[in-house]
Amino acid sequence: MFDVKKIRKDFKILNREIWDDKLLVYLDNAATTQKPNCVIDSIVNYYENYNANIHRGVHKLAEEATVAYENVREKVSRFINASDEDAVIFTRNATESMNLLAFCLGESLKEGDEVIISEMEHHANIIPWYLLRDRKKITIKFIPITEKYELDYEALEKLITKKTKIVSITQKSNVLGTVNDIKKISKLAKTVNAIVIVDAAQSAPHMKIDFSNLGADFIAFSSHKMCGPTGIGVLVGKKELLEKMPPYMGGGEMIRKVTFEDFTCNDVPWKFEAGTPNIADVIAFGVALDYLENIGIENIYEYEKELTLYALDKMKQFEFLKIYNSRAASCEQGSGNSSSQDAGRGSGIGLITFSNPVVHPHDIATIVDQYGVAIRAGHHCAQPLMKKLGVSSTCRASFYFYNTKEEIDIFINVLKKALEYFEIGACKTLKTVLPK
Amino acid sequence: MTTAIMDRSTPQLDELYKEIILEHYRHPCGREPLERVDLEAEGLNPLCGDEVKLGLQIKNNVIEKVHLEGHGCSISTASGSILADILKGKTLDEAKKYLTYVKETMHNKPHSIDVEEGDLEVLEGVKRFPVRIKCALLPWTTLEEAMAGHKHVEIS
Repeated sequence: MFDVKKIRKDFKILNREIWDDKLLVYLDNAATTQKPNCVIDSIVNYYENYNANIHRGVHKLAEEATVAYENVREKVSRFINASDEDAVIFTRNATESMNLLAFCLGESLKEGDEVIISEMEHHANIIPWYLLRDRKKITIKFIPITEKYELDYEALEKLITKKTKIVSITQKSNVLGTVNDIKKISKLAKTVNAIVIVDAAQSAPHMKIDFSNLGADFIAFSSHKMCGPTGIGVLVGKKELLEKMPPYMGGGEMIRKVTFEDFTCNDVPWKFEAGTPNIADVIAFGVALDYLENIGIENIYEYEKELTLYALDKMKQFEFLKIYNSRAASCEQGSGNSSSQDAGRGSGIGLITFSNPVVHPHDIATIVDQYGVAIRAGHHCAQPLMKKLGVSSTCRASFYFYNTKEEIDIFINVLKKALEYFEIGACKTLKTVLPK
Repeated sequence: MTTAIMDRSTPQLDELYKEIILEHYRHPCGREPLERVDLEAEGLNPLCGDEVKLGLQIKNNVIEKVHLEGHGCSISTASGSILADILKGKTLDEAKKYLTYVKETMHNKPHSIDVEEGDLEVLEGVKRFPVRIKCALLPWTTLEEAMAGHKHVEIS
């Protein structure tokens, strides 16, 4: 049974008073989530009791640390239902996973080859490809988004050609909440044997991922967005492809044999983990995965859906609030019911991006912060998408399973205050203030 | 001038959003186009994506007019509006003094020079909100770049 009161006790930080009498209302979970006590304890426990370098010492400590570290690969694999044909590589974050792929897969690309991404990508799935383009003179194409903030799949069909070598797509937009149909994309990409990469930074924390059945080759996500520590990302993907790829960084751990002339690579996944890894945090990430599995990712999904629909409903009262959310958009323009066919399962759940034409997102965020409410304001590392939406920045409230309806009520109330502070929005005098 | 509706139990907010700032935000100065653009620069705050374009119309070393455009939050818009208002009719040397003065204010350093503050005084409140200092500085660093003959600046 999902008991949010009980869950909140696992997060010490949720008791923090941000200002006098203003308890933290943390609604910036898409940026990073809070960490449960068990994850924090795990880090302390590692350093206090079995800190040692892994894969080398023959002593007991090294053995314990190695086993604890290596066991997390299995947990990650199980968490996203990867198969025996996939390897789990630890990186610093999802961004590094994407860079690793762009760099190592990119080596085999030739001038004129094409990489397809979309208009709703995070910079982490744009810049690595720009860097590759500048090195290899490849072409990058963007799948456009529709008015309902969904990918334009018809356009994708036309974008895919024999030149397409890689299709790299976010599973869930960090701005719009859109959940993309990876199966469909993979199917299209595989007609030309393109490699499919899934950026799951925003999906893995919030919904069940069935990697084995997505038809994709690689998937990347970050520990810190799912109750784990910062500094850990994962890259899961086909061993067969990873074995053919050149290594990313050189150093200890990633080698098998080194001579005065040359070296040979270690096996996958160690081939891609040069140097001493972030052992304590990988182990703590494993604890975070156990914690999430214990609550149940389906329970998390259902609870967040309830919270998001509650918040979306409350936000309707603000006449001049523009909401950029795939769920809200599909309800508005589509069948009008929240389980509309247009939005994929989970689409628009967990985060709500919004703006007001007069009150700047920074001003809104500063004002709500004075009441202890933490939301994000800015371009959310998606500047091309902001341009597409016709804004320079937006506000974003993003939820996790420890948030409550009471917290959303607080958020809505202080949002109202923020708009009233500028004497618009809630008091509906906007028409007189707005430029024509 | 109108009164903010918000309750007054959060004095820090009123320190930041002084009425004069809100007034400048609602009715910013320096929005009329220039007859002639003698110096110009674009400023960008990559943190939030805010952009400002600043142009100066200069005659005999005196700033005849300042033009500003772009989108920004209340703090950066008000700061730009105050800039446009104050620097009209000032020499380029005087403008540099104001620039130094504003930077000193924002970085909480003692003032090395004296200027007639006018509405600049209200920017004092921004200091208490460290993440917003860049917003207040954006039009001023853009001015600095324009006077230096650079076209583009990023605040970092």
